[in-house]
Amino acid sequence: MARITFQKLEDHSTFFWGLLAAHAAVIALGLGAFLYMEHHGHIVTGMNNAIVWGTPHVFAVFLIVAASGALNVASISSVFNNLAYKPFARLSGVLAIALLVGGLTVLVLDLGRPERLTVAMTTYNFKSIFAWNIYLYTGFLIIVAAYLFTMMDRGMAKSGKATKTMGWLAFTWRLALTTGTGSIFGFLAAREAYDSAIMAPLFIAASFLYGLAFTVLVLLTVCRETRQQLMSEEMVTKFRNLIVIFALAVLYFTTVKHLTALYASEHHGVEAFILRDGGIYTFLFWVGHVLVGNVMPLLIAAFLSGDGRMFSGRQGLAIASVLALFGGLAFIYVTIIGGQAYPLELLPGMDVKSSFLDGEVASYAPSLPEVLLGLAGISIAMLATGIALKVMPFLPTGIETEG
Amino acid sequence: MLRMRHWTRLVVAVALLAVVGSGLVPAPGMAGPPQPAKGRGDKCVEPTDWMRRFHMTVLKHQRDDTVHLGIRTEKHSLKGCIDCHQVKGEDGKPVTVSDSRHFCRTCHDYAAVHVDCFDCHASRPGEATKTGGATDSPHAGIAVGPSDVTALNRYLEGSGR
Amino acid sequence: MRMKFEIPDDHACAGGKGCDCEPSVAHVGAGGAVDPVEVGRRWFLKTAAAVATTVLAPGVTLMTFAEVDAAHAKPAGEAVSSRRRWGLLIDAAKCKEGCTACVTACSNENGWTSTGHPATDAQWIRTLKVTSRSDGSTFQMPLMCQHCANPPCVDVCPTGASFQRADGIVLVDRHICIGCRYCMMACPYKARSFVHEPLQDQKPYAPRGKGCVESCTMCVHRVDAGGTPACVEACAKTGNVAMIFGDLNDKTSEIAMRVATYRTTRVRADLGTDPGVHYQNI
Repeated sequence: MARITFQKLEDHSTFFWGLLAAHAAVIALGLGAFLYMEHHGHIVTGMNNAIVWGTPHVFAVFLIVAASGALNVASISSVFNNLAYKPFARLSGVLAIALLVGGLTVLVLDLGRPERLTVAMTTYNFKSIFAWNIYLYTGFLIIVAAYLFTMMDRGMAKSGKATKTMGWLAFTWRLALTTGTGSIFGFLAAREAYDSAIMAPLFIAASFLYGLAFTVLVLLTVCRETRQQLMSEEMVTKFRNLIVIFALAVLYFTTVKHLTALYASEHHGVEAFILRDGGIYTFLFWVGHVLVGNVMPLLIAAFLSGDGRMFSGRQGLAIASVLALFGGLAFIYVTIIGGQAYPLELLPGMDVKSSFLDGEVASYAPSLPEVLLGLAGISIAMLATGIALKVMPFLPTGIETEG
Repeated sequence: MLRMRHWTRLVVAVALLAVVGSGLVPAPGMAGPPQPAKGRGDKCVEPTDWMRRFHMTVLKHQRDDTVHLGIRTEKHSLKGCIDCHQVKGEDGKPVTVSDSRHFCRTCHDYAAVHVDCFDCHASRPGEATKTGGATDSPHAGIAVGPSDVTALNRYLEGSGR
Repeated sequence: MRMKFEIPDDHACAGGKGCDCEPSVAHVGAGGAVDPVEVGRRWFLKTAAAVATTVLAPGVTLMTFAEVDAAHAKPAGEAVSSRRRWGLLIDAAKCKEGCTACVTACSNENGWTSTGHPATDAQWIRTLKVTSRSDGSTFQMPLMCQHCANPPCVDVCPTGASFQRADGIVLVDRHICIGCRYCMMACPYKARSFVHEPLQDQKPYAPRGKGCVESCTMCVHRVDAGGTPACVEACAKTGNVAMIFGDLNDKTSEIAMRVATYRTTRVRADLGTDPGVHYQNI
């Protein structure tokens, strides 16, 4: 077996520094948005008493879901012994940590009392899935960090035993983590749009897709910086196939979720809202989630890219990944905000009206501070990854290309 | 600086001392330790020295008892402190925490310790009503002018000193 | 497992259960002796009895001013117990369309007011105008926190800030609420509000502030003093008497007898939340 060598990002191209600076700027804007929201209260956001979770939560959940998925490549190499993925295992671990940190930052900065984070860390109600998630998230960070250590420590990496053990642990943990994230919604009996155990597997399938998309895009970006081809053609094909499989899985669980809901008459209202009458939510579901997020990546990765097709393998992979991420945001937006916009069924069989806007579809428009805070989450993840790749050898060495 | 003579060093040292020392001398208007307003009656619910040091723990204890167990004894309640230690303003009404004469602020400003309580709690006594409750119209009895509101906001954001 | 703060009625806190203060600090002797834990404990135990008696006085004074139902009255120093379960019974047939006396009373009592933005303003109680989809018949009913026996908001709260008192009243401990709003996602009744703006001029007995979630407290400050919630009082004053308040566990109370006699309904009973608010004629 050929020895895999790793490298740090040594080059100092304007492109790379520009990218880091751009992310730093977005983070600064996001922090400004946070201070603005913290100062004035949530009145300056689009959120209200009906849409209690808004755009920050869309980004946060999206990043957290993607984080667990980003670990896939490492899992495939350690747990399923597929050596082809091994060169990318370190990057996959780093990216998982960075994405999770980005997501959690957004989540925390959107709290009504963010200064009470210590309360959240010290006072628990163990019946709350949120409380479990605090453990799942911090545990994930620790386990993945330890997993990275076992990959990078010479002694441990040689025997491979520790890496395998930690790989298994991290894999199990990431499944638990995404189950936990999905269950934040799945456990809400009162919300008809969520109340379903299938939220957990749906989120896991989605995490595979978004995590892979992030990994691929980061790899393609750093290829430019290293002036090396980090992915062989063979790998590009493998990744494209994975995108196809994951997109199919998301479509499958989405279909099952909505078919199940459509079967029960009690859910007809909310299903009609999401699938037919919900305006922006219906559009985001069909066009954003289904078409852009899954069908198009699937078609591009499976049929439209590769030798002699519309796109080269690399182009196809990149386009499919970008589309999957946009679709992912749409999916989480429909899930979180669409699910809240549909009014609660207070008295089944009755129409209700009140000064508290009962019985009406809640209106929500993302405000600039919310969007900036959310984007800052992505930038935190990307900036952290960029810096990590500069300070430690997480990247495999590739084939030199003409730069 | 390399060839500095002894006398120059001395001058520098004295100058430095003067600068550092001036910081230790209280600025005019802040002379001496704070003099918080005396409460009603001849003594506090606990010895004053003890209260100075431990009022927050008693308050916290009482807070959990009240919120979770419905224990509403007045001895250690924040409302009790506020009622007893009220400071009247020029209009004859008790001042809120937006006023630097407020009982809590006199010491907390001096010690530079931010009080979180008044984010949510009333910082001056309300009208005594039956069953500790309703007045006829919202905010009857306590008329707060816009300047008070701005001042309070400024204080709560920590820049009011 | 839900945290219920059940403590013997002769609650004498010695850093025991239900009390999270640090014994070494919180129970230090009041005699100026600030050092050893032991001294503090001894002091506290010794004085606990004295505290229990002295506090009776203000409790009694308070009661003489208040129109209280003597059966409810509890000494101020006594912890609430699960022997009681406070509840409401609301008769929609007596709730007059267009009347908002309960809403106004609650707003005045607890200091939440409209700023003209119904989507973000706090509303602890509101009246629902209900129209039957099948026959078009209409009625009005007030809706507030239903004080569930199995409250979803308490289940999901990560810090335990949403909690249920031993006597069934569901509250938010704003001291540990981090403002995550998960309880609002979980509540089937949309009973909770998030404070979107900085507030001033809160009522001394109803603290509330920006960044925390809040909802109907069943006027817990009045109930603890032996009174009835402001909405119930206001409803009675209008002469409609659509709402009654009382102890559902006390078989001899009016509310318990009426609940036992009439077929009462609870909102979204199918969810198994077992609300403490019962309705008639809905």
